[in-house]
Formats: sequence, C-alpha cells, structure tokens
Amino acid sequence: MTVVLSAQQVRKTFGSELVLDDVTLEVPEHSVTVLIGASGSGKSTLLRCINLLEPIDDGRILLDDVDITAVGTDPDAVRRRIGTVFQHFNLFPHLDVLDNITLAPRVVHGVSKDEAEQRAIDLLARFDLTAKTHAFPDRLSGGQQQRVAIIRAIATEPRLLLLDEVTSALDPVLVGEVLELVAELRHDGMTMVVATHEMGFARRVADQVGFLSGGVLHEVGVPEQVIDAPRTPGLQAFLTALRHAGRL
Amino acid sequence: MSEQSRGPYAPSDARIAREAAARRAARRSSMIAAVSTLIVGVVLVVGVTHTPGWDRVQASFFSWDYARQSFPDVVQGLWLNIRVMVVCEVLILGIGLAVALSRTTRSPLLFPLRIAAAAYTDVFRGLPLLLVIFLLGLGVPALRINGLTNSVVVWGAAALVLTYSAYVAEVLRAGIESVHPTQRMAARALGLTPAQTTRHVVLPQAVRRVIPPLLNDLVSLQKDSGLISVLGAIDAIKAAAIDTAMSFNFTPYVVAGALFVLLTIPLARYTDWLSARMASRQQQGGVA
Ligand SMILES: Nc1ncnc2c1ncn2[C@@H]1O[C@H](COP(=O)(O)OP(=O)(O)OP(=O)(O)O)[C@@H](O)[C@H]1O
Ligand SMILES: [Mg+2]
Repeated sequence: MTVVLSAQQVRKTFGSELVLDDVTLEVPEHSVTVLIGASGSGKSTLLRCINLLEPIDDGRILLDDVDITAVGTDPDAVRRRIGTVFQHFNLFPHLDVLDNITLAPRVVHGVSKDEAEQRAIDLLARFDLTAKTHAFPDRLSGGQQQRVAIIRAIATEPRLLLLDEVTSALDPVLVGEVLELVAELRHDGMTMVVATHEMGFARRVADQVGFLSGGVLHEVGVPEQVIDAPRTPGLQAFLTALRHAGRL
Repeated sequence: MSEQSRGPYAPSDARIAREAAARRAARRSSMIAAVSTLIVGVVLVVGVTHTPGWDRVQASFFSWDYARQSFPDVVQGLWLNIRVMVVCEVLILGIGLAVALSRTTRSPLLFPLRIAAAAYTDVFRGLPLLLVIFLLGLGVPALRINGLTNSVVVWGAAALVLTYSAYVAEVLRAGIESVHPTQRMAARALGLTPAQTTRHVVLPQAVRRVIPPLLNDLVSLQKDSGLISVLGAIDAIKAAAIDTAMSFNFTPYVVAGALFVLLTIPLARYTDWLSARMASRQQQGGVA
C-alpha cells in the first residue's frame, strides 16, 4: 500500500488557541479520507496546513514520503501537486469556464493552450457541463460553479485532492450533483481528503473517516465503525446531535 | 404541469395589452422630451442673442473671421498637445502601474520600494500641477546641466507624467486592494506564484473595476496638457494667445477651447458607456 499523505503529530495554534493537537493521519493512494467534526473543530485548518496555506507549529507532513514541511520547501511546487477546492467557489470572475480550468495547466504546468483546452473540454463533457464552456462564473448555478471548481482543481492532475465542505454553500438538490462528481473521481482512483457535514456521503464514499473535535483526531476508521459504532463519547454526542437535527 | 399537454407558446391577451401600453408610454415620453428640448432651446437662443451687449460678445469671442484666421495656428499647436497627451498617457499608465504594484507588494525585500512609492504618491498628489511644471520646466533648464535637455516641452511633459502617475497609481492601488483575498488564495492553491497570481488573477480584475476613474484621469490629463503653454511651448493655447495678442480678439481662445473639448468628448463618452455597461452587467450577475 502506497501512502500518499502522512501527517505526523501535527500541531497548530492561532495565537493562544490550540487548533490542531497532535494530529496523525495516513492517506493511502486511491482512497478517500473524510473528515467530520463540529464547526471549529479544525477540519479546514488541517486541509490548509496540508497544502501549506498555513504553516504548522510542530510535527511534519509527508507527501509521497517527502517532508513538505521541512525548511526550504518550495510551497508553490507542493501546491502544484495538490488540488484544493474551497467551500466558496472562488472561481475567477473575469475568466470564462474554459479559461478558469486552463489557467493553471498553462501558466503553472506549461501545458500548451490547445492541449489544456482539449483536456478541459473532455472533462466538461464528462461532467455534463459542455453547454457552459464559455459561460462566466456569475451565470452558473451554485452547483455548476462548484463542479467547475472541482474540475479546475483536477485539470492539473494532482496527486492529492483536498475538498473543503464543497457542498455547504449549496441547497440540497445541488449537493447531489456535486457529490456525484466526487463519487466519480473516487471511482477514477483519485486520492482525496474531504471535509464535510454530509454523513450520508461520508458513509458512501469514505474509505476511512476521521472525527476531529477540539483539534484532536479522536477516531479514525472505516465508516461502518466510526459512524455506526462510535467509541469516544465526543463522537457519540456529535452523532446524536446530528441525528436530532435530522442530518444523519 | 406536464410538458406534452401544452401547445406552442402564444402570448396571452394580458401580455399583448401590457406591451401595447408600454409602447404608448414610451411614445409619450419621447414626445414630451422633444417638445421640452425645443422650448428650452428656443428660449436660450432668443434670450442670449437679445441680451444687451450680445453684439460685443459675439464680435470679440465668436468672430467667424478671426476663427478662420487663427484656426491653422491653433490646430498646429494642438498637434503638439496631442503628441504630449499620447506619450504622457503611455508613460503614466506604465509608471502608475509600477508604483501601484510597489505599494501593494508584500515581499519584505521590496519594503524600501514600498516606502518610496508611498512617499512619491503623497508628495505628487499634494503638489499643485502648475508648481511642478514651473519647477521642472523653468528650474531644471536653468541649472544648465550638461547632457540634460532644455526643451520646455520635455520638462512640461515630465511634470505631467510625475503628477498624473501619482493619481493613476492610487486608482490602480484601490482596484488591486478591492480584489477579494480569497481570489489570491484560490490562485495560490492552484500553484500560481505570487507574480503569476498578480498577473493573471488580481490585475485583470483590478483594472476592470477602475477603468471609469482611470479614463476620467486621462480626460483630465488631456486638457491639462495645455498647461505646458505657460513654459512658452507653442501648443494650442499658446498659439491662440499669440493670435489674440495681435488682434485683441478672443476668438482664437474659443477655437482652442472648442478643439480641446472635442478631443476629450470621445474618451468621456466612452467612459460613460463603459460604466453603464459594467453597472448593468453587475445587476444581471446578481451576487457573484
Ligand atoms: N486564520 C485564523 N486565525 C485565527 N483563528 C483561526 C483562523 N482560522 C481558523 N481559526 C480558528 O481555528 C479553529 C478551527 O477552525 P476551522 O476553520 O479549521 O474549523 P472547521 O472544522 O473547518 O469548522 P467549519 O465546520 O465551521 O468549517 C476555530 O476555532 C477558528 O476560530
Ligand atoms: Mg471549515
């Protein structure tokens, strides 16, 4: 089993607030790791530490066995190998869908314009977005925007894809189409770390689920175990709360 | 509602009536506008031409003969203004952009540059343009430094560039800072370097947002190019002044003024059109 990402005793503080406390997590190749946990538990922060948008205080993070948190690492080079999609779509409003997708392949990876566009067109066709090829982001529905953002992130063929609550700005109908896309990517063998509040989705696509609470990764395991047979009181309470809210 | 049961779309009576009413209202509005414009126009023309003293005003400001006489001189002078405007506009956009980028850079290496850029904009936005023109146009040639040109046109243009670059830099900086930080973050997450992010993501959005105020500054520059006449450069205003000095008739100034206005109108209208278009795009786009 090849391990793509390995976080080892990662610690992160914002001022005096301890946001990630000794987090250790291994992400095997072609697997989907889903992070769950209450708001403020540190899910986004962990993802942002992985793609080096935030420096960590202690511990280390390995990408393909190379320590990317070591002194002297070029963060741009690391980010070229990690695709990231945020909760808010963050498409570039001045570029149409095609240019949004081809910008990084052309500018960062030196792919020719023709090749980048062909790849983008193939991806758009595959995910039913051909009609939107030349649309600007403000003319897309939320679900379409988020799917374009995901396509943009995979257009550079990243080694690892980080998805941070890619559905939480969407209404329930649109959530479905975005999750469908993520399920397809899993089918393709994309290695992913996904922060989400969608338990049904976690159960369906996750190879392993990690429960974060107060910056501590309390439980990691297969979904059947973590979601259906929680061992820690914190996770039991979290799941009970979700059940009461009708979200489980 | 099932799709199959419906025939081809036919507008309802309600829609037909609504559209007819809208057409009637539109016709009525253009009628009212035409009539009121006509009335105001007639009142103005009659009022002005019947004012006592109008004959004298017409003779010394709007004399057809003097206008024809001075026209070639003024146009020749205007050609100098046009060349100064074009060269200055190019330089100003370049320098303004460089200063704006220096002011918004986060690189610690470029910290001194940031301070210098801030000092430059503070000073030159505060200095009266006329004063800068005198300092450079009269002061520098008086130093008689070898290798430096004494051309008042060059020094006058330099004063325009120095002053207007400071304005343009501030406009561009406002644009750069108005781009939401998540845009920069999204670009960095895709692996773009800071420079690539600025070039491909931040600047295009920033410039688009500030095009109306930017063009406004350029319109202003076009007319201020006439200030180099105070240094003795024979531009449109100076040419008009020379003709006026010989005839004591002010028509050449009016000719020069009219030409300046004509020169700025295309840019001003373009600015309006662009602002209107962007406003409507924004509305259609809704929340982006
Ligand atoms: N840039 C920052 N500066 C200071 N504190 C921060 C910053 N980013 C996050 N935090 C804090 O870190 C903690 C974890 O935040 P994080 O965004 O990782 O939570 P989350 O699990 O993603 O929550 P949510 O489900 O609401 O997205 C929170 O207490 C938050 O206030
Ligand atoms: Mg979050």
